[in-house]
Amino acid sequence: MAAEAHRVFVPRDTTARSMGADGVAAAIAAEAAGRGESVTVVRNGSRGLYWLEPMIEVECDGVRHAYGPVQSSDVAALFDAGFLAAGEHALGLGPTEEISYLARQSRLTFARVGITDPLSLDDYRAHGGYEGLARAVELSREEIIGIVTESGLRGRGGAAFPTGIKWRTVLNAEGAQKYVTCNADEGDSGTYADRMIMESDPFVVIEGMTIAGLAVGATMGYIYLRAEYPLAIRVMNDAIRTAEAAGLLGDDVMDSGRAFHLEVREAAGAYICGEETSMLESLEGKRGVIRYRPPLPAIKGLFGAPTIVNNVITLASVPIILAEGAEHYRDYGTGRSRGTLTVQLAGNIKQGGLVEIGFGHPLRELLEDFGGGTASGRPIRAVQAGGPLGAYVHPSQFDAPLDYEAFAEFGGMIGHGGLVVFDDTVDMGEQARFAMEFCAIESCGKCTPCRIGAVRGVEVIDRILSGDDEAGNLLLLRDLCDTMVAGSLCALGGMAPFPVISVLDHFPEDLRAR
Amino acid sequence: MSTKKAGSDTGVREALVSRIAGRHFGRPGGLLPALHAIQDELGHIPPEAVPTVASVFNISRAEVHGVISFYHLFRTTPPGRRTLYLCRAEACQAMGARALEKHTKQRLGIGFHETTADRRISLEPIYCLGNCACSPAVMIDDFVYGRVTPERLDALLEEG
Repeated sequence: MAAEAHRVFVPRDTTARSMGADGVAAAIAAEAAGRGESVTVVRNGSRGLYWLEPMIEVECDGVRHAYGPVQSSDVAALFDAGFLAAGEHALGLGPTEEISYLARQSRLTFARVGITDPLSLDDYRAHGGYEGLARAVELSREEIIGIVTESGLRGRGGAAFPTGIKWRTVLNAEGAQKYVTCNADEGDSGTYADRMIMESDPFVVIEGMTIAGLAVGATMGYIYLRAEYPLAIRVMNDAIRTAEAAGLLGDDVMDSGRAFHLEVREAAGAYICGEETSMLESLEGKRGVIRYRPPLPAIKGLFGAPTIVNNVITLASVPIILAEGAEHYRDYGTGRSRGTLTVQLAGNIKQGGLVEIGFGHPLRELLEDFGGGTASGRPIRAVQAGGPLGAYVHPSQFDAPLDYEAFAEFGGMIGHGGLVVFDDTVDMGEQARFAMEFCAIESCGKCTPCRIGAVRGVEVIDRILSGDDEAGNLLLLRDLCDTMVAGSLCALGGMAPFPVISVLDHFPEDLRAR
Repeated sequence: MSTKKAGSDTGVREALVSRIAGRHFGRPGGLLPALHAIQDELGHIPPEAVPTVASVFNISRAEVHGVISFYHLFRTTPPGRRTLYLCRAEACQAMGARALEKHTKQRLGIGFHETTADRRISLEPIYCLGNCACSPAVMIDDFVYGRVTPERLDALLEEG
């Protein structure tokens, strides 16, 4: 037999591919063939050090060494430098695990992401996969929910509702059929943790949903996945088929005698469908018009049945909680925010990427130590935290610790963990206007303050900026924001004014006649 | 331009729509998957598909129309050969998406929801592709590109 092939890892995640990973993978294979080198190219997930993508790795004596960002045109020189033996090259980053951006993180939910081949069930199992489910099948429903409750896990979609309490409500609700739904309609700009884990470690989402199904007695699960993520849809579907073939989904999950089936449902580009009741309407094949609550989805959800609605990251955090125990997870974090937060650094940031870290680190540490400041090299003027409905955070607030309660104290929101950075060239008046414009485009139309208010909001801001009765219209804008916040049923109309109010409060010099 | 072709194909197309809808009727919440499947097959959901789908699902035409018109990614007119989705959301704004949008519209000579006269490109806005660490991002058909400068966009448009 020939000498063992060198294993070279080239990520297949959307961002890596968007920066040229496919071309790099092809160039490595071609160059290796030309030089008679035996190379196996593994298409792994991304480590999430996105500013270094495409970041390739080579395995040498069991240690992975990274190079990046690599373009196809660099490949010949990498071979010349002996990168297959971890040779030195200008793009060399050293052993991957020692890169400080990665070494300083606490990768629990993202433990395998970037390390494994996303669609290899063997890889998944070899790295602790399905240990959580193996434990869950031995436990009673009450015991599973007890562990999830103990861990302190709260909904990572943004609302931060305690997961164990939600599950218990579904367990106790009357219903012959119950459902587990995964909200993968990650529409907030600046967030990509859901996409990343679905593309890079799909089995962990499947395992988490299966455990949820066992915990509440649900036999059917749906992943509501946005159409803007075509690769994630393909990967999740492939992974589901693999899990079915391995007896990990279906009528007899892991020989437990219990059934759990799973299906991906493709969304169709409506931001509002990330709101849980709107998502349920959409799953039922209808317009995504939000529902009045109560009844809660946990009592009357999908097709009127008791339904778990959880975000991707929430569900993906469950397997490790079951495998390692509630304490292991709860030991990370601070106050009432337990476990880890997946921060996503985005926008005008030098070192954009995914940072999974215990709650409680100051915002500034993420922006400066991890992020390295802006990509443009100019000062940071504002950070939008928590998506398009989140406030613009002013630099004077950057010492706030990243935990749900601390952010709420100054009117901010952690939401799904996205941080969008803007440098000092940003026009905050434009940003306030966009918040209203986006709400007008995406409103489901049910509540008048949202449907009409957002349109009027754009008009009022235009009048302010054009110098038409600035003082009167500024007053009117505050009043309008107040009406939308108080008079909308869901978070879209109820929170779209938050970025506007934050501009009024902290960047008033940009919202005036010009 | 293609009226004649559409006219002669109408019967075939109706049968196709009916067959696709039939495959998804019976699945819980099957209307969205059916509409996706029709659009995947035909490139859009033609208005004449509405009564067929309504009849298969035993719901009103208004309900089918209501669902199609609610979702941004369902289209009722044929797209160009390629569809360019330009991200307009905040992370891309922070990296020059507004300038990229202006450049693109000028270069193609069309606005959002329009198709070039030679039918090569349709231009659509999109709100987040989840590529926010490498903004600005665009998607052409179903492939995402990151750090797209006006020059890079021009090169991508030349390729097709």
